Amino acid sequence: MSSFARLTVSDVARHYGRRKALSQISFTCDAGEIVGLLGPNGAGKSTLLNILATLLAPSRGSIQYGDRTANGGGAEVRGLIGMLGHDLFLYPELTARENLAFFSRLYAVADVPATVTAALTRAGLADRGDDLVSGFSRGMRQRVALERALLHDPRLILLDEPFTGLDQASTAALVERLRERQRAGCLIVLATHDLDVADGLLDRAIYLKGGRMVGIDTASNGLADRYRRAMQS
Amino acid sequence: MRKLTTPFIVLSAGMLLAAPWIINAAPYESTMGLVQKVFYFHFPSAILFLVAAIVCGVHSARFLFFKNQRADGWAVAAAELGLVFGAITLVTGPLWARKAWGVWWVWDPRLTMSLVLWMIFAAYLMLRQYGGPGSDRLGAGMALFGMANVPFIYVSVNVWRTLHPQTSVVPTLPTDMGIPLWFCFAAFTMMFIALLNVRADLEHKRARLEALYLAEDEA
Amino acid sequence: MSGFFRVAWHVMRKDMTVEVRSREILLTTLFFAVSVVLVFSFAIVREGRAPDDVAAGILWVAISFAGTLAMGRTFERERYNDTLRALILAPADRPAIYVGKLLGLLLLLGLVEIILVPLVGLLFAAPIFSYPLMLSALLVFGTIGFAAVGTLFAAMLVRVRSRDTLLPVLLYPITIPVMIGGVRGTAALFQATPDEPMARFWIGLLVFWDVVFVTLALWTFEPVMTE
Repeated sequence: MSSFARLTVSDVARHYGRRKALSQISFTCDAGEIVGLLGPNGAGKSTLLNILATLLAPSRGSIQYGDRTANGGGAEVRGLIGMLGHDLFLYPELTARENLAFFSRLYAVADVPATVTAALTRAGLADRGDDLVSGFSRGMRQRVALERALLHDPRLILLDEPFTGLDQASTAALVERLRERQRAGCLIVLATHDLDVADGLLDRAIYLKGGRMVGIDTASNGLADRYRRAMQS
Repeated sequence: MRKLTTPFIVLSAGMLLAAPWIINAAPYESTMGLVQKVFYFHFPSAILFLVAAIVCGVHSARFLFFKNQRADGWAVAAAELGLVFGAITLVTGPLWARKAWGVWWVWDPRLTMSLVLWMIFAAYLMLRQYGGPGSDRLGAGMALFGMANVPFIYVSVNVWRTLHPQTSVVPTLPTDMGIPLWFCFAAFTMMFIALLNVRADLEHKRARLEALYLAEDEA
Repeated sequence: MSGFFRVAWHVMRKDMTVEVRSREILLTTLFFAVSVVLVFSFAIVREGRAPDDVAAGILWVAISFAGTLAMGRTFERERYNDTLRALILAPADRPAIYVGKLLGLLLLLGLVEIILVPLVGLLFAAPIFSYPLMLSALLVFGTIGFAAVGTLFAAMLVRVRSRDTLLPVLLYPITIPVMIGGVRGTAALFQATPDEPMARFWIGLLVFWDVVFVTLALWTFEPVMTE
């Protein structure tokens, strides 16, 4: 399975004992779209992303990646997914190069040294490749983490609060990288608080509140107002 | 199975109440005298303790590998019963040992590993209590390891010469000692089955209640 | 199949690289093990003499206490930047990740034991060189048994709040057969008149235990790690 055209989320729910983290989540999105999950803290954005990443199983409902589900697809489906988590998924005691090389090998990437060098260059850190990640600023770590997520050329890219703590330049660079991936036909799902960046970037916005969908938006500008209205309802 | 629960409880309670008279009527064992009669409670408890371990392990496997939700209720019920019957075994054992062999505790493999298995049940229940969300799966994983230890308990007594009577003593018991033994065995087993059902049922109802609660405000 | 071992190898190499840089887990585990030996020695040695058989017991207690600490720490590292999630997310075989972590832990404990065994031999005049192969077999298979279960449990508990106390609570009862095998086998070798058949029996039991429990761990790793 080298790609899929459509992601279908059907009536997904996730419970922790009596707590409903998510309920009645249903939507579809297509390759080449940038989809945003917007909502306050605790709305379930991270939970939904983890479910899309196959890290969590939904308590109810299903996710279809094209015509495959996570259970049926297994490792193949995971090979198409790249995730930039909130905690970045990097080993601080390793250098940037070592981090990228390790994950390349884990993802069975074909030409490891070339891929790693290309990733470092794209992150703008070709000269800092042999420095320990623990010495990097948040923005630099974010860039390495993003490239780590993209090493195996995933078709579904999941990002959890990627704009947190980034300055203008880093934000712009991230947006540019996402647009480049979008043009390459990837489906991008990102959870964010940052309405200004989201506005104009997203093709589709899903508003989450208290684990439920309170709206889906496909218009492009004026996001902030529509978001506020949705949250008030 | 459920219909048998009440008759089982009533019958086994009655039998256990009658047990002292039946045990009293049994002959004294030649070397140990009166004290040996603890055996009539100790042995069935010990066997049911091991049975509980196996039941818990099997249902944990069903829950973990076959995603069978109800199996989790059975596993918890079996673990709690294992704790109870294990406690009975570990209390009656030393009572017997003190009078028969002069010491409260001997570190022979079977006694030791029974204690260990009991602690595994205790650890399992603690994990389920304090492990937070998802501890049912973690507990199931751990229970499998506990169950896999059971054969090692059985093997050890036959390999190491110990103070414990060899396991082959039971078939050679004279009839008038056999009767009270099987009587108590039947009583304990019925009690075990009945309690297992009741507890598992409680767990299933709790899960159902939770599911209803969660479904409550959905369209 | 080659993919499986390749992944395990890379996970192990990654752990080794991290460890070599800081040496934190190795050194703290080693010194903790030495402290355990000393504390128990003070508790047990009387008038300059230790009771017989005590050397074997102290050695294995030190290994198990120190080992539990090391296990907890290796997974603590994966919790730090949630990298365990990244490992689970990869299309690699999940059990391969377990094997990689296990191998790393074994290497670490092996290094600790290389220092610990001569130390115990020195302090208690134990004949550690009389049966080097059998003693090594006991140590190897005993440590594998202990580490195999411990790696699984430490991974299971990584997101649980009371993981520091729950790990020993879960681990020690289940690995007691390993402890018994290790201690009794080692004691059989350290005795005044060594009991070789007994030691061989315990080695056999440990091997069998290891096979059963490593297999079980490989089966259960994926189901318990995916929520």
